[in-house]
Amino acid sequence: MQARKCDDRPGPARRLRFQYIRKVRFGIWPVIMALLLALAPRPSLAAEGQGGAGAPGPDAITTIPIGYLKQEVKRPIPLSRLNTEPDDLGMAGAAIALKDNNTTGLFTKQKFALDVERVPPGGDAVQALKTLVASGHRFILVDAPADVLLRLSDAVKDQDVLLFNVSATDVNLRQKDCRANVLHTAPDRAMLADALAQYLVWKKWPRWLVIKGVFPEDLAYLDALRRAAKRFGGTIVEEREYEETPGARRSDTGHQQIQTQMPVLTQGAPSYDVVVMADEKEVFGPYLPYRTWDPRPVAGTAGLKAASWHPAHEQWGATQMQNRFQRFAKRFMLPLDYQAWVAVRAIGEGASRIGSGDFGRINAYLRGDAFDLAAFKGQKVTFRPWDGQLRQPIIIAGAELPVSTSPQEGFLHERSELDTLGIDQPESECKFQ
Amino acid sequence: MTRETSRRAALAVLAAIGFVFSAGPAAAYTVYVSNEKGNSITVLDSKTFEVLETLPVGQRPRGIMLTKDDKHLLVCASDDNTVQMVDVATREIVGDLPSGPDPELLNLHPSGSPVYVANEDDNLLTVIDLNDKKVLAEVIVGVEPEGVGVSPDGKIVVVTSETTNMAHFIDTESYEITDNVLVGSRPRFAEFTADGKHLWVSSEVAGTVSVIDTETRKIVKKIEFAIPGVQPEYIQPVGVRVTKDGSKAFVALGPANRVAVINAKTFEVEDYLLVGKRVWQLAFTPDQKLLFATNGVSNDVSVIDVPNLKVVKSIPVGRAPWGVAVSQE
Repeated sequence: MQARKCDDRPGPARRLRFQYIRKVRFGIWPVIMALLLALAPRPSLAAEGQGGAGAPGPDAITTIPIGYLKQEVKRPIPLSRLNTEPDDLGMAGAAIALKDNNTTGLFTKQKFALDVERVPPGGDAVQALKTLVASGHRFILVDAPADVLLRLSDAVKDQDVLLFNVSATDVNLRQKDCRANVLHTAPDRAMLADALAQYLVWKKWPRWLVIKGVFPEDLAYLDALRRAAKRFGGTIVEEREYEETPGARRSDTGHQQIQTQMPVLTQGAPSYDVVVMADEKEVFGPYLPYRTWDPRPVAGTAGLKAASWHPAHEQWGATQMQNRFQRFAKRFMLPLDYQAWVAVRAIGEGASRIGSGDFGRINAYLRGDAFDLAAFKGQKVTFRPWDGQLRQPIIIAGAELPVSTSPQEGFLHERSELDTLGIDQPESECKFQ
Repeated sequence: MTRETSRRAALAVLAAIGFVFSAGPAAAYTVYVSNEKGNSITVLDSKTFEVLETLPVGQRPRGIMLTKDDKHLLVCASDDNTVQMVDVATREIVGDLPSGPDPELLNLHPSGSPVYVANEDDNLLTVIDLNDKKVLAEVIVGVEPEGVGVSPDGKIVVVTSETTNMAHFIDTESYEITDNVLVGSRPRFAEFTADGKHLWVSSEVAGTVSVIDTETRKIVKKIEFAIPGVQPEYIQPVGVRVTKDGSKAFVALGPANRVAVINAKTFEVEDYLLVGKRVWQLAFTPDQKLLFATNGVSNDVSVIDVPNLKVVKSIPVGRAPWGVAVSQE
């Protein structure tokens, strides 16, 4: 990898360069590679001196630096230990995609680098972004809340910079607050709610008892649920609020209280088929399964969930992706890892297809009809030109296994069935600025 | 019209009595089908279409191939990280090849050895001498190598890598990659024409088949498909076979549940044959009168009458049929 002086740059944010970390993590890997090269009679990497596709010159290697900006956010400890956030969440997905890009790059004479800026809570994300841009990063993944993302987008508005929103699910980022310099690999709440709703309706569980939390995120997801119910023929029979504020996860009496609280919370509801949770911060949602008054399944932000990825998703070649990721990160691959993987792979795909690291051409290619990415979802994923959102199948899954993938059969669309999920072109309020 | 009608009538009669003589008396070959989820090989008779036996093999059997002497069936047992050798006479597993991790597809040098194995999880092509079962070379290729094609003169082996989206041309003497051709997304299968002039590469996610000139290493045609009533994203080309005379090519279109028939001279798509669900790999009988197609979701094999371009039979096999190979005799 080409050495770039960035580890010693002063600044409020911590910066990591992933290829160095990779070397540490992959301690044995270079040794194995060297052995393979030594054992094979006349092996070759074939990167040098061959007519690789898209090479700009006989020996020129194009370097394409990719940035990753993570705005760290204080979060409560999750109810379940299983949901503890890995420290390298998202970044590990970007790093494995970097490895994929660089394997391809051996043949196309392109090198990709990944530099991570971690902004502590309350830190200056805009400054961190400017630092990345100043050091030549044109493609930057952003893992940050919506308000921070918008500030970042506006800060580099007139520059050749493309941001990838890998985590924020806010619908407004794809609607009135959409930005020309942002592509979204994270599905928004509308896509997630639509994907779940299609499955529930297909399953003939159209009557939903909604239990909602009190936070703005909960209400935003609730909005998406209401919209999805209307679109696909679901009925919200009642909305109930859970007002308890988040407390200590561990308490001696917690168990017994919950065992009596949750049935009461769901008691006396009109006839319904499924409880749908709107509790994005997981304040109480995971308590509901197996504790409802009536014996009903739980879906939404707890129980059966919609997500871009699942650690046990193995269809469409995903087994290979999961194996690669687990060998690399020593943990399971999570949705944010996948969303970051897609972003870095999209950049790699653009660069290899146009045979150049040119910002303008890659940017245009990603948004155009020619772009498609194989992303272990059984069909290509592409970006919607009207709001920059990634079109992608959404996995519907319980804790242990995927249950289905939406769009469901029968929800038709004139162009792509994937556009039955989320904000479709006719309803888009996005005017790029 | 009349000829076609009478032919159809004849076919119906023949089918009714349980035989297919659509293009002269068919020889009886043995057909082997790997069942990816059944961890087994189904053995079929190409004349009677009867299941002769179901052999238990290693986990997740995918690519299969017969050795040139027809004595052994090579089975990629992907989840067991090995290629198993089945003695076709005794129908017993008699050995393993040191394939490396996660073997998916394989192909043979025209002389009968070595065998080239794509290691999907490890970005490698492993070259194994079939006589002494030794690894001759491991060639580093792109991410998720899958399809393996060998030129008829044995000078080139081509590997397709699904995430890198390339066909890597490898010299079989030096094991050096000489060319990398970018093709459509998720290239699955590589098939040389019998005259060695063209290489056909299917791209599952892009929904295309690239025909590459093996001299210039340039794509001369990107074949696209359109089936009325089928959404384009379900058209996912996987298995490809070209007839020996170079007149027709057949492409399995995955969840579109069709096998495309292509004029291999003009590259025009001439027909779509409705087969089972998620059609995956294809294999001709040596006389090229029949083409067997595995249907991974409907758990059966469709038999296509090649001269008449008709699906004449579907045969239930094991769970998730994937690969198919046919004996020479």
